[in-house]
Amino acid sequence: MRTHRLPAALALTASITLTATACGGGSTSAGSNSSPKTLTYWASNQGTSLENDKQVLEPELRKFEQQTGIKVNLEVIPWSDLLNRILAATASGQGPDVLNIGNTWSASLQATGALLPFDQATFDKIGGKDRFLPATIASAGAAGKDPAAVPLYSMAYGLYYDKKLFQAAGIANPPATWDELVADGKKLTTGSQYGLAIEGGNVSENVHHAFTLGMQHGTGFYDAAGKPQFDSPQAVAAVKQYVDFIAADKIAAPGNAEYAANQSVTDFATGKAAMLMWQAAGANLKSHGMNPDDYGVAPIPVPVGATGSQATSSMVAGINLAVFKNTKNLDGALNFVKFMTGDDEQKVLNSTYGNLPPVKSVQADPAFATPELKTLAGVLQGSAAPLPQVASESQFETLVGTAVKNLLAAAAAGQPVTEASVKAELTKAQQQMPAS
Amino acid sequence: MAQLRRTRGRAALPYLLLLPALAAELLIHLVPMVVGIVMSFKQLTQFFIRDWSTAPWSGTANYRMAVDFHAPVGQALLNSFWVTCAFTVLSVGLSWLVGSTAAIMMQDAFRGRALLRAAFLLPYALPVFAAVITWSFMFQRDTGLINHVLHDQLHLVKQKPFWLIGDNSFTALLTVSVWRSWPFAFLTLTAGLQNIPRELYEAAAMDGAGVWQQIRRITLPSLRPVNQVLVLVLFLWTFNDFNTPFVLFGKAAPKAADLISIHIYQSSFVTWNFGSGSAMSVLLLLFLLLVTAVYLFATNRRRGADD
Repeated sequence: MRTHRLPAALALTASITLTATACGGGSTSAGSNSSPKTLTYWASNQGTSLENDKQVLEPELRKFEQQTGIKVNLEVIPWSDLLNRILAATASGQGPDVLNIGNTWSASLQATGALLPFDQATFDKIGGKDRFLPATIASAGAAGKDPAAVPLYSMAYGLYYDKKLFQAAGIANPPATWDELVADGKKLTTGSQYGLAIEGGNVSENVHHAFTLGMQHGTGFYDAAGKPQFDSPQAVAAVKQYVDFIAADKIAAPGNAEYAANQSVTDFATGKAAMLMWQAAGANLKSHGMNPDDYGVAPIPVPVGATGSQATSSMVAGINLAVFKNTKNLDGALNFVKFMTGDDEQKVLNSTYGNLPPVKSVQADPAFATPELKTLAGVLQGSAAPLPQVASESQFETLVGTAVKNLLAAAAAGQPVTEASVKAELTKAQQQMPAS
Repeated sequence: MAQLRRTRGRAALPYLLLLPALAAELLIHLVPMVVGIVMSFKQLTQFFIRDWSTAPWSGTANYRMAVDFHAPVGQALLNSFWVTCAFTVLSVGLSWLVGSTAAIMMQDAFRGRALLRAAFLLPYALPVFAAVITWSFMFQRDTGLINHVLHDQLHLVKQKPFWLIGDNSFTALLTVSVWRSWPFAFLTLTAGLQNIPRELYEAAAMDGAGVWQQIRRITLPSLRPVNQVLVLVLFLWTFNDFNTPFVLFGKAAPKAADLISIHIYQSSFVTWNFGSGSAMSVLLLLFLLLVTAVYLFATNRRRGADD
């Protein structure tokens, strides 16, 4: 008995610890057309549920099948799984033919070499590069390289404000600068109601705002050579400004520090908060019973007198469509990309989901002429900047977003947030970046 | 001659029968283990994930980074190691205590025992994700049930505390973990208790032993072999628990509840540094092997002395 138990226990321990690290080696074969009648498509979750996405997409996929005879197998993947599923597919070489990626991941996924580059010839097959807004192309891969994907849905951040609460507080116009926002926020903070709702436990949400504020303070978190500069004085100032909404200005509720399931949208829709910085929130607000007439949308504030990149008021948000390099149906996959980015589908899909079309020819369509979408389209064209398109972008998102989450948690617990404590968190984030 | 051949065939048979198990062991445990160890010596980032064998060798750099306790990576790893140790000791201890108490109290038949037993096993039967996400709703600061009871109803605290961020997150994690593990301890010990002859208790009672003496002199010694396995299994499960913290806190756990499993996951899959994640895994494996070996050695020797 004694001789048998030890090895068994050791093997058990070994398997528990090591299965997580064992990924297989991938095949590196290029695309072919050996399986021309089917495609697999991984769609990201855009609608109110995975089921809702299937209901939206399946009729469109049947249209594609009627046109081309190619059957598309659809799988809708929740956001929390998507990046890991893509990584696993990359490592094993067993991926879908066409897939959605968050546009901020473009350069990181480009670096794996698993996605088909969209060079001139490839773009020609889907109708040309000029069909897309330049800002959305800029968020499809690193500068100077062929994009790793094409834009599918676009979004931008706007400042949503509650018209009734503004009127009750005697504020005529939405704030255009941060000084105004903080002043208005203080007027709107009364007991159980707060001026602003933020999603402080959500790592991605944090990093998006840190990036926009960073641009306004004069840093994109990376230097010109693509080296991370997470703890520069400008970055510290930007992050501190965001954390101060809870820590110093006290215009956001301390409880917001743990929000990670869109509770800030609920708070705004139910009148617990008067302002919200969100991307294309319309459909979401409607599902919470908020009428489009009850709120207004303005660009996110900027510093007084800001110009050029310091007047950046949003990241370029959106979803891109990529083709897996070792697809067995290269022509079909490109055909599908052409279909999805074509005028008709762009109109149907973007208006259903409440997004902006990244395709120029569709933008004037009346479906996108709501006050909300008109404001966001203006932001996207005039004052949005893509997140750093560098290979380590996905690490940047996680590490800086987590740093902001930790700082907000400290602020919520009543601990002082100083320049030194912000800098310490950001330095820690930077030092965790893998050498590349 | 025939006699000899038969003996030789018979001698080979056990090895032949062992072969499938051996092959499975090789495929399921040894190959991934070797792959993991090889990876830990590589500089494996997203540039090489399509074919990890082409990643450049990094020597012992991944290990040196993991154990450099003056730099952030090592500091964070050490922090999560201590958090995990404290968490494991407390969680296993409490689960064992609650499980044994319940098992001993349910030893004697009474009305409704079967029903109560079934209710006790409920946490064990629920899907992990559903159970833990419910806990995370209850731990919400402003809308959660726990603060509602503590603050609004019992007035035990002046300010509503945070449970999912900051230092209290450790308590929240421990609560959920004990809630999930104690039914297993209860189940195992209930089975163990069935094997203790009732006559022992009757004889002890006759000799004037009280309840405590019976538990100390009969129940606990009789349960020792069961407890040895139970504590080891609970230790390994709790030390490596991933689901509970992941569902409770997401991919970025608060520092006070940064368990090593989540930490390694974050190092490899979130920051895409698979080489250093593998190195941390190997270090963790070595630690667990050491603890397991010491534990088995100690418990077996004690038993040997008793026999």
